[in-house]
Amino acid sequence: MGNEAIEEEEDMDILSSMWPDDLMNAAEKQFNIESNTGRDMLEDVNIVEDPSVADFKRLVELTSYSEKGSSQLAYLVKSWEYKQANAARLLNEELSILSKQRQEAEIKKLEIIEAHRFEQEKYVGNKRPISILDEVYDIWGAAPKRKNEASYNNNITIDAEYDSINYWKQRAILLEKLLEESIQREQALLQKLQDNVNNLEKQSSPVDELSQILKRADNYLHFILQTAPVVMGHQDKELRYRFIYNHFPKLAEEDIIGKTDAEIFTGLGVKESQDLKREVLERGLPSKREITFETELFGKKTFLIYVEPVFSKAGETIGVNYMGMDVTDQVIKREKMAKLREEIAVQKAKETELNKSIHITEETMRAKQMLATMSHEIRSPLTGVVSMAEILGNTKLDAEQRQLLDVMISSGDLVLQLINDILDLSKVESGVMKLEAAKFRPREVVKHVLQTAAASLRKQLTLEGHVADDVPIEVIGDVLRIRQILTNLISNAVKFTHEGTVGVNLHLLSEQYTEGSKGYLEALAAENASSRLTIANSLRNQSYSDQEMLTCSEAKETIQNCDDPAELSSLSFEENEQPYEKIVLLHCDVYDTGIGIPEKALPSLFRKYMQASADHARKYGGTGLGLAICKQLVELMGGHLTVTSQVNRGSTFTFLLPCKVPPKQNSCGDSDGDALISDCEVPDDTSSDELSGSFIFKPHSLSSGFSLCGSVIHKSNLCSNGSLCTSIENSRITEGPRSYSYSPAEAVSSNFDTSQVSRDKNDDLNEVESFIRGADECHTNSGSNISQRLTDSICSSTEGNSCGSGECEVSCRELKQEKEQRAKFTSNGRPDSSETNLQPKILLVEDNKINIMVAQSMLKQFGYKAEVVNNGLEAIRAVQSSHYDLILMDVCMPVMDGLQATKHIRAYEENGCWDASVACLDPLKIPLDTEKCRKRTNIIAMTANALEESAAECLAHGMDSFVSKPVTFQKLKECLQQYLPC
Amino acid sequence: MAVFQLQQQWVDLISALFREEFLDSQFTQLQQLQDESNPDFVVEVVTLFFEDSERLLNDLCSTLHQRVVDFKKADAHVHQLKGSSASIGAQRVKNVCVSFRNCCEEGNLEGCLACLQQVKHEYTLLKSKLEALFALEQQIVAAGGSLPTM
Repeated sequence: MGNEAIEEEEDMDILSSMWPDDLMNAAEKQFNIESNTGRDMLEDVNIVEDPSVADFKRLVELTSYSEKGSSQLAYLVKSWEYKQANAARLLNEELSILSKQRQEAEIKKLEIIEAHRFEQEKYVGNKRPISILDEVYDIWGAAPKRKNEASYNNNITIDAEYDSINYWKQRAILLEKLLEESIQREQALLQKLQDNVNNLEKQSSPVDELSQILKRADNYLHFILQTAPVVMGHQDKELRYRFIYNHFPKLAEEDIIGKTDAEIFTGLGVKESQDLKREVLERGLPSKREITFETELFGKKTFLIYVEPVFSKAGETIGVNYMGMDVTDQVIKREKMAKLREEIAVQKAKETELNKSIHITEETMRAKQMLATMSHEIRSPLTGVVSMAEILGNTKLDAEQRQLLDVMISSGDLVLQLINDILDLSKVESGVMKLEAAKFRPREVVKHVLQTAAASLRKQLTLEGHVADDVPIEVIGDVLRIRQILTNLISNAVKFTHEGTVGVNLHLLSEQYTEGSKGYLEALAAENASSRLTIANSLRNQSYSDQEMLTCSEAKETIQNCDDPAELSSLSFEENEQPYEKIVLLHCDVYDTGIGIPEKALPSLFRKYMQASADHARKYGGTGLGLAICKQLVELMGGHLTVTSQVNRGSTFTFLLPCKVPPKQNSCGDSDGDALISDCEVPDDTSSDELSGSFIFKPHSLSSGFSLCGSVIHKSNLCSNGSLCTSIENSRITEGPRSYSYSPAEAVSSNFDTSQVSRDKNDDLNEVESFIRGADECHTNSGSNISQRLTDSICSSTEGNSCGSGECEVSCRELKQEKEQRAKFTSNGRPDSSETNLQPKILLVEDNKINIMVAQSMLKQFGYKAEVVNNGLEAIRAVQSSHYDLILMDVCMPVMDGLQATKHIRAYEENGCWDASVACLDPLKIPLDTEKCRKRTNIIAMTANALEESAAECLAHGMDSFVSKPVTFQKLKECLQQYLPC
Repeated sequence: MAVFQLQQQWVDLISALFREEFLDSQFTQLQQLQDESNPDFVVEVVTLFFEDSERLLNDLCSTLHQRVVDFKKADAHVHQLKGSSASIGAQRVKNVCVSFRNCCEEGNLEGCLACLQQVKHEYTLLKSKLEALFALEQQIVAAGGSLPTM
């Protein structure tokens, strides 16, 4: 073993000379390496002592004083001793063998000499004795084999004759030679032994060997550590460096040895490591820690530091060994991972949350849909029940039966209302609710709503309304929805008010102009459903004296609403025309003197199914949906609904609505208008009538009943016409809409003395009151004072309405929309008036025989007759040859479906000519009076699937409304009431 | 049999028809349409319905048994049947028609045939019941009674 070490050392010495000197001299170089594989590993290592800076004195101290050092030393000595012992043993064995051989040789010599007897003696000595170790350690393999063996076995051949003197002589000489040889051999062996011993002595110094071994270990360590990102060191008790091996040498030896960390570096982490080492020193236990350094020397680096104490033999700590490994990258990675994991966790949490809410939303939507479907399903049979009950009400019943029936009908109505509310609400919530954007007259709306409320009023309440004069005549919006809101609020107010007043107050809050008039308007109209701005809702608030004026103004209005735009524009009053789109913010209060709402109930007031208290719910009934719907509708239109209330004093519901004003018709009439109006036989006072300020429904007016209404209405028409007429002339002076007062006396006296009337704005109310009081006189007086032209027009309008009784007229009007009114009155104001007393012409377009039979029969019940055709094309042919007031159109039909047919009819109405594909082939068939045919015909779809899409499709194709199949009394009745003059 | 008993039977029968959803409120509408000026309205309409339905069912049968089935044509027939059954309030027939139409739209021949079977079944059932009802009515009228109001 020792030999081996020497050999290798020799090898290395030779190899080391291969490296250029300058490399080795470089002070900063720790290793000079060239990795040539295929050689002994250590051959590749050329160790320069530099990197491991060491205090060798200290090392010696350490090895002799520290426990670790001494144990290591002991181990090294032991292994050396073992090797030496082994070598000595081998040599001794060899020696003993040699001496044995010598003895044998001597004995033989003696025998030969003494025996005198020749013996063919073979060399019996068992070959060369072999050490058992030979097989294990083949160190002797190279030893020279005995070459003299042959000589042992030489047969001594002697030529001489046996037992002769010559023979013995020769024999003696031979033996002598043998002996000499033997002696020589022995001497050679002795010589060799001596050599070996000398050799042994020369090389067997334990210090040498030890340092060799240490050097080897050191070399190995260097080899292993040469690229490892580690720092190792030993520090003494004072934490001064005694040894350092540093992979990142930036400091020379003298900078480190004998100094402490704190003396070498400054910065983050230095103190921490120092503390750690100190702790280890004190506690005597090894420790590991990760420390981030941020020093000027290295920048930011994280080290995993292991510190272990070094004990003296006495068990005292005399220093620390420490090892640090650069784990900066790992730490960064780890932190990144942690961050990523955190993010993933957050992401996952979010996802779950989202999924949950999606799930909830889906569930809610499904529930809402379910509710809507259910409601829809419930509604159909319920309408059946209610309508049948109504029909039953027309039969002969005794008082008790009638009472029961009334309860039945009102309960049924209540349930219907509830279901309608639910449907509305779910429509708004699901975004299906679409808003119309059509011109309408806010004053009309207030009028109608109040009128309706008054009609069903069963309490001694005064209903009043005020519309400020700055509210435009016409605005754009969804009149049905606005009416719904108002109706809801008013009926609510009426419900909770036992005495006093319920009223509507409408005024303009602000107005602004936006750029671009017509294009903008059209764009808005196109996207009517979604546009919120277009909901122009200026509600006209007319003080109703009884119910008279309203009918009149309506009649006039319908005339003014004639459908030909050209005419309208000529009718229109250019006074206020401007290049800007006007948007007004309308402020509407619905106030009452009712029970009020406690403050704590206010926040939940607009919530669904909420009422001020359970007590109220019992006492007043209702679904608690009304206000929620109102709020949602108002908000859908871009407005805002609020409430203020005082218990026992009353409540005020206020809503603000942004509205657009149609650009051309926002002013009142002027003389031009007058002239034109007279041409078309339209009363010119329409516009001014719109401006009438207020209306009041007094309790006593109710008691007078509807039967009175008819006559009153007509008379009052005249009255208002008269007064209005005068005001129109004045309107030229003041801009914009304004209100007029109607003191009967004044109205009468100033019929043609306009200036007087028009200026009175502030006294509106009082005057209206007085007007009411003197209403009757007014009728007669005004009637007599009105010009012939006006009378005519009024006649025509009233004729147009063709109502036998006031009741009928009122109820009909309630149902009407301006659209229909427009349709009813043509531009010249009267063509229909002559016909309206006759049967309205109805066309039934339906392919199913059974459906025809049922529908016809139902129509018959209502007193109508219908012409029947079987498909869309036939319907077109029928329309080409005649005019119809109403077309009931099946959607799904062979040859041509209802949608197509409607589209063609509408196109014809607009353009005056038929599409080529359906054009009338027979010129004779073309009606002579094209003008007449171009009136808009009401087309009602009869659709089998009453789903929203299909309804929207019907409306999109120009149909006015739709009736879902199967057709029932109720549905048909509603439709006929709405679209046919009664 | 006394008129009263007949009337009772009639009421029972028609209530059962409503209860078992053979008929819905639309049938009531038909009854409402029947008056002195039109005393046999219901019977007339229903008879028309029977004729129409039988024709449609036959057409459907042959359409669905063609080698190449024209689903559009079948759908049109079913639409007709659905319309007329809805009109007279033949609820169960109508309901089958709804799923029948779905099958037609899907081009599901198997489903169509099953629906045809079902609709035939419902139709036959309804027909026999209504005929029984009308027979009762005739008896009531013959016995000098009038139909009870529902």
